[in-house]
Amino acid sequence: MSRLYLARNPRVAARSLGGEMMIMSGRDSTLFTLNKTATILWQAADGATPLDRIVELRICPEFEVEPAAALQDAETLARELASHDILQISESPIPAVAAGESR
Amino acid sequence: MSGLMQEMTEKALALNIPLAVQIDLTYRCNERCVHCYLDHDDHGEMTTSEIKHLLDEMAEAGVFILTLSGGEIFLRKDFFELLEYARKLMFCVKLKTNAVLIREREAARIRDLGVESIQISIYSHRPEVHDAITLVPGSLKRSVDAIRFLKSQGIKVIIANVLMAQNMQDYPGVRALAAELEVECTLDPTVTPMMDGDRSTLNLSADQGALRQVFRDADLVGDVDEFCAIPAKPGADELDSLPCSAGHTACYVSPYGEVFPCVQFPIPTGNVRQQRFIDIWRYSDQMNDVRSIRVKDLTTCTSCSHVTNCTRCPGLAYMEGNMRGPSSQDCEKSFVRTGVPSANMLAKKQAGIDPFPHRSKNLVQIQGFPVLSGASA
Repeated sequence: MSRLYLARNPRVAARSLGGEMMIMSGRDSTLFTLNKTATILWQAADGATPLDRIVELRICPEFEVEPAAALQDAETLARELASHDILQISESPIPAVAAGESR
Repeated sequence: MSGLMQEMTEKALALNIPLAVQIDLTYRCNERCVHCYLDHDDHGEMTTSEIKHLLDEMAEAGVFILTLSGGEIFLRKDFFELLEYARKLMFCVKLKTNAVLIREREAARIRDLGVESIQISIYSHRPEVHDAITLVPGSLKRSVDAIRFLKSQGIKVIIANVLMAQNMQDYPGVRALAAELEVECTLDPTVTPMMDGDRSTLNLSADQGALRQVFRDADLVGDVDEFCAIPAKPGADELDSLPCSAGHTACYVSPYGEVFPCVQFPIPTGNVRQQRFIDIWRYSDQMNDVRSIRVKDLTTCTSCSHVTNCTRCPGLAYMEGNMRGPSSQDCEKSFVRTGVPSANMLAKKQAGIDPFPHRSKNLVQIQGFPVLSGASA
């Protein structure tokens, strides 16, 4: 199975409010709040760390879940976040880019 | 406001977090709008590094919605540097501008930086009216051209149409222009006193007859009978509610670093050049005084029949002399809307005092009118 890399979409707006992550879509200004798992994915989405490592290092210790099941759930969640343009996902590392720069 | 945004606002209120802040980057401007409340001279604007430092502090404090306004923001040579910095900090950035300096290149840059929306002042669809308000020939064409450039980049644009005596009859034309351009349009008959207390700009406000016409335009207000209805008596919850968001989840920073509860509420609370932003927000005596006010604490207004749906602006009341007192402009507006005099008006009449000291002879100025949604795409 190929590895999956995650990066934050630089076009969104984001802020942690009392530990809850608020994200505003850059596409249509829709506001989202992320649950705890999605927040972990968002915070760890540096474009360089593969999803299986994020699950191993951040999600399994937090939720005490089996790595294989956790990875499957995390991938589903990552793809859902990508469908809302909150995260970008790729099978290869994603270079860091800020708003206004080209990826 | 969406349900989720309302929920986030309530959470911010509970946690004492300034969710939304407006920074005026400059008071300098390339237009000279007849109703403008600002002194356009530069008295020592914050430098690029000072503003970047402030943005760092604001991000740390939890500010999410950042409105960059002025004066004219594009007169700052470092504008795009500041905007880029703000977006790197992941603020939800909104811009307010006259757009005269926006051409294709600027529009593309704004798109690339992920600005949430851009509000542009348009006073009339007719150049002879718009340009007579901005005092800049050709300004309507420049602003409308800019809207087209921005729209071609897929950027959300909102036309802001301030209504005054000079342009009161043109709002249907502005709304039609907005529909043609496929942008949103808001109307607002608020004319604000000058920041130094000079109230002469209020003489430009629309008269009662014109305002009454707007209040009864179903295309703007929806159900006219409901909008103009005499309000119900307040319940305990309403009396315990907050007068507005100023100082509670929102505040304003001037180009000189002064922090106020709102752009229209000039009570000094501190300066970010001397104190940390979050310390002013949390510990300023003035900010906490503003924050302590509940509807039940208002002098006169608590007993007014309009108290539940009056748009009383505490900043305008402050400029009139007492932030817990009535705002005569809003009293007058409630009166025009419903035909029922406010408690403040009745008390002044009984005492033989002019109920509208802010008004020049034969002129009425109206403030704090809720923004009415106009044509939208």
